[in-house]
Amino acid sequence: MSLKRNIGDTILAVDQISLSFGGVKALSNISFSVNEHEVFAIIGPNGAGKSSMLNCINGFYHPQEGTITFKGNTRRHVSPSEAAREGIARTFQNIALFKGMTTLDNIMTGRNTKMNKGIFWQALRFGPAEKEEIEHRAVVEKVIDFLEIEAIRKTAVGTLPYGLQKRVELGRALAAEPDLLLLDEPMAGMNIEEKQDMCRFILDVNDEFGTTIVLIEHDMGVVMDISDRVVVLDYGKKLADGTPDEVRNNQAVIDAYLGVAHDDEE
Amino acid sequence: MFYREAGQFKTSYKADQAIFSITQDRFIVGLFLVVAFGVVPFLINDYWANAILIQFLVYAMAALGLNILTGYCGQVSLGTGGFMAVGAYASYKLVTSFPELNFILIILLSGGITAAVGMVFGLPSLRIKGFYLAVATLAAQFFLVWLFNKVGWFFNYSPTGMIVSPPREMFGYLITGAEAQPGARYLFCLSFVTIFALAAKNITRGRIGRSWMAIRDMDIAAELIGIRPLEAKLSAFAVSSFYIGIAGALYFNVWLGTAEPTEAFDINQSFFVLFIVIIGGLGSILGSFLGAAFMVLAPIGIKNLMVGVLGFDVSVAKHVELMMIGTLIILFLIVEPHGMARLWQILKEKLRRWPFPY
Repeated sequence: MSLKRNIGDTILAVDQISLSFGGVKALSNISFSVNEHEVFAIIGPNGAGKSSMLNCINGFYHPQEGTITFKGNTRRHVSPSEAAREGIARTFQNIALFKGMTTLDNIMTGRNTKMNKGIFWQALRFGPAEKEEIEHRAVVEKVIDFLEIEAIRKTAVGTLPYGLQKRVELGRALAAEPDLLLLDEPMAGMNIEEKQDMCRFILDVNDEFGTTIVLIEHDMGVVMDISDRVVVLDYGKKLADGTPDEVRNNQAVIDAYLGVAHDDEE
Repeated sequence: MFYREAGQFKTSYKADQAIFSITQDRFIVGLFLVVAFGVVPFLINDYWANAILIQFLVYAMAALGLNILTGYCGQVSLGTGGFMAVGAYASYKLVTSFPELNFILIILLSGGITAAVGMVFGLPSLRIKGFYLAVATLAAQFFLVWLFNKVGWFFNYSPTGMIVSPPREMFGYLITGAEAQPGARYLFCLSFVTIFALAAKNITRGRIGRSWMAIRDMDIAAELIGIRPLEAKLSAFAVSSFYIGIAGALYFNVWLGTAEPTEAFDINQSFFVLFIVIIGGLGSILGSFLGAAFMVLAPIGIKNLMVGVLGFDVSVAKHVELMMIGTLIILFLIVEPHGMARLWQILKEKLRRWPFPY
């Protein structure tokens, strides 16, 4: 991390979040905060509640207890589309692209919330609607340029290889110009080169657009390398948070990953 | 060799996003329109108008509507016949209640009324998907036909239960009623279909169309990037029903002239339009036309071939025709599950590279 970015105030604060599905406690009393312009990682073994945490942040799950404060608005329940309009974008663990549409259309869809011309103008495709479409196309082209996917602009995404699909999905999230970008295992299933590319894109996004990034990742090398701070979850509980170095040397974290005889406190 | 875009450079997003961005496409479409508007009306006779062209145009319009809902937004509907009935009865009530109202306005208003009805029957789509939604729209089909059969107000208490379209004229030419000239009726339908096909193409290329396709392809992801499912689904139902309502109004007024709900708008209509959309290609405006052409022309072609050329008995020909249509549909779906529009796309790809294989 050569560039010194100016980390700002808290943009997202998660306070005492508890989420359960019937008798299963997916998350219990989780609190952490993410600062502006930070790269923040959530790690933990499988089933620790990492994805559930992201789902709470962008309104897909509604936690039973606790509050989430985003850009000064404190809330517990929000619908996913409202969260998106507030400036939270995300990608998915299993790619969730619109397979029948082209790369361009997929990324353009990311800007849907910013377009507002009515159906009448759109039917005519003339005047305001056309102007709007061209303006947004220009922004989308910048994203395409940034992610180096010019060549597949007009290819249906269903036919693209996995690594490129992941990149298009990132593009769709970026097109919304989010303040907070949630990445759910952006590097899952990639080879080393693709991982390097993805890391580069994530850091560039963070650098150039100042986007705050919260990511879930299993590749510890990547996590320790690119994140400013890390929070560790295990069985829905928070084990630790802090800088990568602090977390790496935390006994509870080492125990959770390597396993110990649980005879004392966690 | 003839279909190649080499040398056609696009220097602006506007040019890149144009509706027909390739010169050859523009030429073909232009040629089609010139022939359809400038030549056909003068050659047309009653047989061509009634049996082929107006039928084709009406079904193309209905298919456009269903394609918006099913092909673009992914909501299966079996209520097309019912919605066509709404358009037809709305136009009948309007034309008999306000005789001096412009006929174009009547058709558009009928579409608007159908859109409102469609939105009501679209409400279940917010909770249910796929087959279950199809069954819910089936309820619309049966309910609407029942309604138009039982409630006298809709058919002005006519003793037969039939509705008859009174003669109306446009620019001095009769377009409905028994005296109407085939050319005028054809042109009236053609104008509607052309304008609304272009509108459909534009809508599906824009923001609203993308939100429909997003809902179709992955509704959860669509919601998470800020698309409101309620808005997207209901707007698809509204626009789709608007088109189907117009198709119903044209079907009744311009093509049939008289209609009786159980026969003209029964479940077979819904299936017929659904077949058109599936064979033509889901999620393709061109597909709606190709499918309508196939479903309307193939039976006539087969019948003419059997009776006229091969000399079969008319009743035998009818049976063979049904069998052949069924077989053709199955063959088509095996060869190209994505419909005729995809075949056309493949052909275009091949033409671009011709005479080289790749």
